[in-house]
Amino acid sequence: MSDELFFQFIAKKLITIKKMNLTLKVWRQKNVNDKGGFQTYQVSDISEDMSFLEMFDVLNEDLARKGEDPIHFDHDCREGICGMCSMYINGRPHGPKQKITTCQLHMRSFKDGDTITVEPWRAGAFPVIKDLVVDRSAFDRIIQAGGYVNVNTGGTPDANEIPIPKTVADEAMDAATCIGCGACVAACKNASAMLFVAAKVSQLALLPQGQVERKTRAENMVAQMDAEGFGACTNTGACSAECPKGISLTTIARLNREYFSAKASSENV
Amino acid sequence: MSWFNQTFSSTLGKKLIMSATGLFLILFLIGHVAGNLQIFFAEADNGRLFNEYALFMTTNPAVKVLSYLTYISILGHVFYSIALTQRNKKARPVGYSVENASANSAWTSRNMGVLGTFVLIFLVIHLKSFWYEMHWGGIPVQNYDGQEVKDLYVIVKAAFSQLWYVGLYVFCMILLAFHLSHGFQSAFQTLGLNHKKYTPLIKKVGMAFAIIVPLLFALMPIYVYIQSLG
Repeated sequence: MSDELFFQFIAKKLITIKKMNLTLKVWRQKNVNDKGGFQTYQVSDISEDMSFLEMFDVLNEDLARKGEDPIHFDHDCREGICGMCSMYINGRPHGPKQKITTCQLHMRSFKDGDTITVEPWRAGAFPVIKDLVVDRSAFDRIIQAGGYVNVNTGGTPDANEIPIPKTVADEAMDAATCIGCGACVAACKNASAMLFVAAKVSQLALLPQGQVERKTRAENMVAQMDAEGFGACTNTGACSAECPKGISLTTIARLNREYFSAKASSENV
Repeated sequence: MSWFNQTFSSTLGKKLIMSATGLFLILFLIGHVAGNLQIFFAEADNGRLFNEYALFMTTNPAVKVLSYLTYISILGHVFYSIALTQRNKKARPVGYSVENASANSAWTSRNMGVLGTFVLIFLVIHLKSFWYEMHWGGIPVQNYDGQEVKDLYVIVKAAFSQLWYVGLYVFCMILLAFHLSHGFQSAFQTLGLNHKKYTPLIKKVGMAFAIIVPLLFALMPIYVYIQSLG
């Protein structure tokens, strides 16, 4: 493509990009002890190709220019794999689309003139640290309680040295796609962490390396989940529907099986 | 805490009790609806078979055992639902200002507590009308071949000749249908029984059960009411 054609292409693209003006109602909270409340902001000239977080960057630059405190929000990789971004947008975790994180949500999912309400994840076990940032270390403590394999696995084994059926490997991999973002807790009416714990338990229970601690893992991770104050599972399916990785409710059934059979048969009295 | 207490004080254990008691109550509903189908044919012999059935249900020792299991299931189901609901409310002390829950879950699944409360209120009224009257009320007596049998059929006819009472039953059976439409399949999921071979069938059977059983129950007062008119 010649330079002239390229510039024409860009110019045309710039003309056709739709710019949006939006009203944002954002939860602002100074710290854990602050009561917090909503503040309304106007953002203008937002490109529909921007991600939701980039729209927040624009707003924050504006706030910084005015000498105001920018809105604090969690983010890291911005490509949907780290699990940091955590915005509850218009009544749904990660916004109106399915199987994506907030960073993968683009402004073309909204219309010019929309009012968008943005809240932090709400759960007693996820206290708000500041604005839209919540403390999700409850998840870390659940992992510390048993979400690991304690055997020395040595160097990389030869392919197919440990035979694992493809379907089982796929199931384990599907569970392992959990990024621990907490959308399941945010979506659940009981703020239950069942889908998260179920994914972590499933991923290891399905593979040979996870067998050694299989029973104690299920027992300890559930005990920690309860100790953190998460709610119980009502099988509404909201967690799975809002999970950016689409983790299935079958993992929750597996967690129930793993837990009950572990409780009935483990050596831990 | 012993492993046994640990299990049943965990959220999963409490849900296991909800599931087990719920499934038992589903079995109870099958027996209850099947037996009471006799109401549709009771007028022919002026309720004799129905009354003899009622006598059997209140005196047979095996039925007695089942009835105590049913009472325990109802109390357990109610007690643990209260315990779980309290915990679940505490798990989210600050709620959302905007919620779009209908985008990710069914209304019935989110309102089992509300539906269950109405079913419980209905149960109290229902038990007062028939169960209490049958056991301790002053019921007229029929003499069948020298045997004195309480005439429950007269009580049933009197109760269902009131339009508001029939309306209450129909309304409550609709709520029961919603409660069952989630509860049936949810009970299996809680037991850990989710399999691509069987879960679609469980869901279909559950939906059919949730429609057919409350519908049959609702037809009984309607039938008796229409009968009372003419």
